Amino acid sequence: MDSHTETLALREQFETPSQQKEASAMGMWIFLVTEVMFFGGMFLAYTVYRKAFADVFSIASNTLNVVIGAVNTGVLICSSFTMVLAVRAARIGSRRLLILFLILTMLLGTAFLGIKGYEWNQKFQEHHVPGATFHLEGTAQQGPAELFFSLYFMMTGVHAAHMVVGVGILMTLLFQTFAGKYGAEYYTPVDMAGLYWHFVDIIWIYLFPLLYLIGRHHHLHG
Amino acid sequence: MDEHIDSVKTYAAVFVALLFLTFATTMVSTIDLGPLNVVAALAIAAIKMMLVALFFMHLRHSTTIMKVVIGGGLLWLGILLLLTLADFTTRGWLPVPGK
Repeated sequence: MDSHTETLALREQFETPSQQKEASAMGMWIFLVTEVMFFGGMFLAYTVYRKAFADVFSIASNTLNVVIGAVNTGVLICSSFTMVLAVRAARIGSRRLLILFLILTMLLGTAFLGIKGYEWNQKFQEHHVPGATFHLEGTAQQGPAELFFSLYFMMTGVHAAHMVVGVGILMTLLFQTFAGKYGAEYYTPVDMAGLYWHFVDIIWIYLFPLLYLIGRHHHLHG
Repeated sequence: MDEHIDSVKTYAAVFVALLFLTFATTMVSTIDLGPLNVVAALAIAAIKMMLVALFFMHLRHSTTIMKVVIGGGLLWLGILLLLTLADFTTRGWLPVPGK
């Protein structure tokens, strides 16, 4: 085999740049599959308990602010759009656009976290945070109500943690772009960060209807 | 591997569709459809997921082996959800002697 000069786009162990990229994408998707299973366990727990305590979960779900939830979904979708444009900018070799869209994506991600923080703060004021001072109006079953909010905080919290990591990754990419690491011939990390960012978006696409919407018309069984 | 670049127009169309579906799912939840509310919410979420995966994550340009790997992952998620729910939903269907 003829020896090739090692570059970022073509490491020694690969035959072609596209083979190398394929390997990276495969690794990233396998990681995302493990993330699906990680979140899947929580979605499953939510489903099982929602079935077991349908009335309380509906009452608790109705205390969530649907408008804030919907707006935040919109913010996250905007950030996915700017992220895909960042990947496209890298692909066509436009450093200027890549920097612009990375910054926009980071800002939108941070906006999402800010809105989430505002929402969590409201929960503290309303005593809807599981713990000694927990109280949910309109039901005698405080235990299951607390369970709903435990799941709410765990799921939105772990999701938000993923967002924080995502913003950190974007910031790293931004500095590396400034340093001139990425161009049309090599931008795999930008592409992989995009996959991660969109995955976190997909998790929220399910969290929003499950936590905020589907309990709105539950008919109480007394 | 994909060497294909989608146009900004395609991405913008997907983006608008995602925003519209978010608005739609929120509006649908204000109407009382009985058990169909859950079905509608999950169906819209599934469509949004497919749009993000196929277009933003470029899955439609991916190789078959990649799709098989992802499909395999979803299969295991299906096993996790289906078998556990099969347990929880059927508990109490049959009497247990001595209980």
